Amino acid sequence: MSEFKIAQREKDAVHVLELKGYLDAHTAPALEEAFQTLLKNQRFNIVVNCKDLSYISSAGLGVFMAYIEDVRKNNGDIKLSNMSPKVFNVFDLLGFPLLYEITKEEQDAVKKFHPGK
Amino acid sequence: MDTRTIHIESRTERLVAAREFVSAAARECGFPDDEVSKIALAVDEACTNIIKHAYRNDPTKKISVSVKNKNGGLEIVIADSGTGFDPTRIQPPDMKEYLSHYRHGGLGVYLMKSLMDKVEYKISSGRRNEVRMTKYLSR
Repeated sequence: MSEFKIAQREKDAVHVLELKGYLDAHTAPALEEAFQTLLKNQRFNIVVNCKDLSYISSAGLGVFMAYIEDVRKNNGDIKLSNMSPKVFNVFDLLGFPLLYEITKEEQDAVKKFHPGK
Repeated sequence: MDTRTIHIESRTERLVAAREFVSAAARECGFPDDEVSKIALAVDEACTNIIKHAYRNDPTKKISVSVKNKNGGLEIVIADSGTGFDPTRIQPPDMKEYLSHYRHGGLGVYLMKSLMDKVEYKISSGRRNEVRMTKYLSR
């Protein structure tokens, strides 16, 4: 069974989602649900830490695409961090770095929500 | 390597079995880890398309995934008996335009073509649809 887990926490008024495991068509609904809850609760400053994300398919990428517009309409953003080269390659292959800010460390992504600090 | 085949139920939780099956074959063939990952992703995308579109999430249906060494590479044939589609009608997306309009979905076929050296379809809707993908070792 492909395992996928999401841990959530707040850091400097930014909501951090930590993804772990395999994000495919089977596990993508769990991430979708997490984004739906964040939007419902008006949490629009989101960092997705991909440190322990081992795998992503287009079903997983589709979840990011599905929510980015609503998040940005509400003056927020989804930023990504700590991607392994393997996961980054999939994002890169589809040109996602043009649309999403991807940082090496989570802290850098969080700081981008507070420019000047 | 002789041809090997795995039959999986048309359910997304079985994607991991398809990925593991082709990853083992690709490693045995001599592909490095990053290429093994690309092959597994292409197969995941093909199977996901079948589950969602050809079989419309009917878990009683079956998908077969076959692998064999061919001309210094690995050939993978993924077959189903669902509703086939005409792959020539799918235009590769202009990713810049795609992203700027916040589109989503429909990236699987594009990924398969990007990740593999060759992707061919043989469609006989309702009987047997095949996607045949090849990755060469030395390219």
